[in-house]
Amino acid sequence: MIEQVIFYILTAIAIGSAAFVVTSQHLVRSVFMFFVTLFAVAGLYVFALADFVALTQIVIYVGGVLVLLLFAFLLSSKNSLDAISEIPSGLLSANRLPAVFIALAFFALLYYVFNSVNFESLNWIQQAKAQNNIISVSDNTVRNIGVNLMSKYLLPLELVSILLMMALIGAAHIARKEPKTP
Amino acid sequence: MITLQHFLLISAALFALGLYGVITRRNAIQILMGIELMINASILNMVAFSKFDRAENTGQVFGLFIIILAAVAVAVALVIIMNLYKRVQTIDPSKTKSLKG
Repeated sequence: MIEQVIFYILTAIAIGSAAFVVTSQHLVRSVFMFFVTLFAVAGLYVFALADFVALTQIVIYVGGVLVLLLFAFLLSSKNSLDAISEIPSGLLSANRLPAVFIALAFFALLYYVFNSVNFESLNWIQQAKAQNNIISVSDNTVRNIGVNLMSKYLLPLELVSILLMMALIGAAHIARKEPKTP
Repeated sequence: MITLQHFLLISAALFALGLYGVITRRNAIQILMGIELMINASILNMVAFSKFDRAENTGQVFGLFIIILAAVAVAVALVIIMNLYKRVQTIDPSKTKSLKG
């Protein structure tokens, strides 16, 4: 019972703060509200029995990505805040209406699909249930993830690490000062 | 009882909100945050389905990979945004017209 209460509170925080992030006119407020969204989504990962992914989310997203966002904001847009306030506010103003319609239609489509599919009768889920292949609350998944990363998913892991290094070198290359001669 | 449907509906709501943000925002950093929101919704889906795969943890491992790729994308995109600001003094994507024909 208590876990359902916490789950619904986390859901309300995640969706409410996400709505604030995408509707706020103030860039700084929306960046800081994004912190709250990421923490709440990490809590939802814990409820989906993926504690290692939740920890990674907090370390990489909150520790890395958001600090990067704040840096970019501090370095770039000190006068773009004035231009932002000129946008007509209000959720249903004329230039927002198509976006609201598209987002609502997309959500309605997903809602219809998720309600019409019976996931319990899917083939692989029934197979997993028959073989007792379901993660339970008391399982220690971190060790299993580590073993799998180093055996079954070794090639994707190495590819991702090479891509990470390429992206870092590329980012440093793009960000360098350009030479004065044209 | 928290079922699979709950997670799928929450991720659908987060994805729709991110889509709205990507369409309406006039600020490249906020558009980037909308994209991050959509990525988070997809990770939530991966993780929710991963409950039915205890032996191989496919959903969780690919959730980790998606988080790493999102961090890479953010790093490169922020560098591009800062370069854009250096050149045209704005980060509003609708005002950067130098590539228009």
